[in-house]
Amino acid sequence: MSPARDTRTRKGSAAPKAAKKAATSKQAEKTWALAGRPATAHSVDLLEAMLRIRRFEERCVELYSAARIRGFVHLYIGEEAVAVGVNEALSPEDAVVATYREHGHALARGIPAEAVMAEMYGRTTGCSGGRGGSMHLFDASRRFYGGSAIVAGGLPLAAGLALADRMRGQHRVTCCFFGDGAFAEGEFHETANLAALWNLPLLLACENNLYAMGTALAREHAQTDLAMRAASYGMPAWAVDGMDVEAVEQAARRAAEGIRAGTGPHFLELRTYRFRAHSMYDPDRYRGKAEIEQWKARDPINRLIERMREDGELGDKDLAGIEGRVTDEVDRAVEAAEQAPEEPVEDLLRHVTSTSAEVS
Amino acid sequence: MGSGGHPEEAKTTYREAMREALREALRADERVFLMGEDVGRYGGCFGVSLGLLEEFGPDRVRDTPLSESAFVGAGIGAALAGMRPIVEIMTVNFSLLALDQILNNAATLLHMSGGQLPVPLVIRMTTGAGRQLAAQHSHSLEGWYAHIPGIRVLAPATIEDARHMLAPALADPDPVLIFEHGSLYNAVGELAPPAAPVDLDHAAIRRPGTDISLITYGGSLPKALTAADELAAEGISAEVIDLRTLRPLDDATIAASVARTHRVVIVDEAWRTGSLAAEISARIAEQSFYELDAPVERVCSAEVPIPYARRLEEAALPQSADIVSAAHRAVD
Ligand SMILES: Cc1ncc(C[n+]2csc(CCOP(=O)(O)OP(=O)(O)O)c2C)c(N)n1
Repeated sequence: MSPARDTRTRKGSAAPKAAKKAATSKQAEKTWALAGRPATAHSVDLLEAMLRIRRFEERCVELYSAARIRGFVHLYIGEEAVAVGVNEALSPEDAVVATYREHGHALARGIPAEAVMAEMYGRTTGCSGGRGGSMHLFDASRRFYGGSAIVAGGLPLAAGLALADRMRGQHRVTCCFFGDGAFAEGEFHETANLAALWNLPLLLACENNLYAMGTALAREHAQTDLAMRAASYGMPAWAVDGMDVEAVEQAARRAAEGIRAGTGPHFLELRTYRFRAHSMYDPDRYRGKAEIEQWKARDPINRLIERMREDGELGDKDLAGIEGRVTDEVDRAVEAAEQAPEEPVEDLLRHVTSTSAEVS
Repeated sequence: MGSGGHPEEAKTTYREAMREALREALRADERVFLMGEDVGRYGGCFGVSLGLLEEFGPDRVRDTPLSESAFVGAGIGAALAGMRPIVEIMTVNFSLLALDQILNNAATLLHMSGGQLPVPLVIRMTTGAGRQLAAQHSHSLEGWYAHIPGIRVLAPATIEDARHMLAPALADPDPVLIFEHGSLYNAVGELAPPAAPVDLDHAAIRRPGTDISLITYGGSLPKALTAADELAAEGISAEVIDLRTLRPLDDATIAASVARTHRVVIVDEAWRTGSLAAEISARIAEQSFYELDAPVERVCSAEVPIPYARRLEEAALPQSADIVSAAHRAVD
């Protein structure tokens, strides 16, 4: 499938426009990401955020092979533009609900790499205290609500977060990330209906990476135009090139603005691709090498680098600087996780209910 | 393996045994088909159905969307219409999205229709913890299903049962749920030709003993057998009962064992509260109270969503050392 219906036409670089708007707009929450920076610094931020995810996960592969981290690990490599672009449109007061493929969302949301890596190690310093692991990253202080590994399970929960905001008259957005596979679950459709019916401030960010485990989009959906189907619930819905971080950001800003203005839920179909297997256990037999290579040619990181180089926004030194920073950050995260304490077994029954070390 | 097999024993895994059972079922009866998420092209998320798509085609090895409620319900409908569906749900954790169909339709249609609508359906799924998959992939909820009248609940714990339980399950006119513990798939063993078809009404005594009964099923059976070895080294003779059918429970085998040993440890990977272990304890209290020389012991999972961190996960689950300690408490 080609991203032929993408709304964005390549050249008109979204970032500077958005930056100007944010600086003058009433939406103060948006300025946190952009305040006082020249336009180029924003692209640098996007690039750095994507590279942080990429390098973090590449390290995870090594650590998994070395048996330092365990469980199911689902990599986001190839999809970085989605988490980073959407996050740019969100403010710290907004809420994010993610899936089990959420390292990218967590890092883009600003959860420190150290806290995420420690969680992968199952250490007490992890963002879920070692109880959750790769699939269950949480950070209440950043309104990051999962880390859910039941496909589509986060969607109704996101509707509830949005409902609470609506009932209290708060102009915040709840963003729920989910896959094309999740779109087939009743929970997606029930949530979309509820959100539209109640005019909830919900951003439905569908990461269409063309596969649900080994099942290709066309083998799981009778109608593969997901944006069109979402639109049938009466909400604005459009498809975006998910390999172009600036296009994602632009679309997400448009959606977030609509949501903040009270026009109810919005749906984005972010057309992307995972370069790696579904999880570390997946032999990846269901898709061809050529297909993977075709998509790798559209690597969102390389694409932004090329765009920035063309526009004179990025020199070799700048790039080396960014690479150095994220590599250091990941190195430090691994070091810290290695040193971090494991929770004593005596504490096993903590966090079952809020008040107790549980009854037996 | 296979029907006209050789007399000598063959080495196989639990996974291959399960696959062979599916292959046999698909060959034996045109009405049988397998459906579930990634059972076809992917080969099954635990590799159980690998190769079956090539052999039987996409009509009979049918990939479904992520729609547990819809495809389980569709299995029920197809069974009503005379097919013999085998529905695979990736894990018991995800089966909760189909619980409504299983409980409110599969288990109840026969009764509600006054006996007109039997549902000859088999649903397979994995269960259990032990692989650091954290709470949403690790729970043992088969005891919940064993609560429901109208269905049969099976838990093959051995390679033999993995290979030979499916055929009688398909022959059952009512819904049968088969729980495969995720830690068993790689178990290797010799698969002897069956002496007799698996008897779905009776528990199996996997090791006879005289001092104490260790009652268990599924993924806890290997742990109970290890514990029995350790106890034997200390001179304590433990009988190990593999329930293999969780509903209906085989009261007679349990009562006969208690009458021999007078002491009981129940090992169940589910949470203790309201568990199958609780039900078995109650039945022993009801039926064998005067045979007991010690209180019934239960070794269950800690009352906590299963944690990711390895040490904590290990501490949360029943281990053979816990079984040995419980046996000591009962015997001393
Ligand atoms: C309810 C439920 N069914 C099945 C699974 C097993 N499973 C985990 S991820 C996955 C594929 C999901 O695909 P998609 O929603 O497209 O997200 P992606 O993995 O592509 O990001 C499946 C089938 C699950 N976790 N939950």
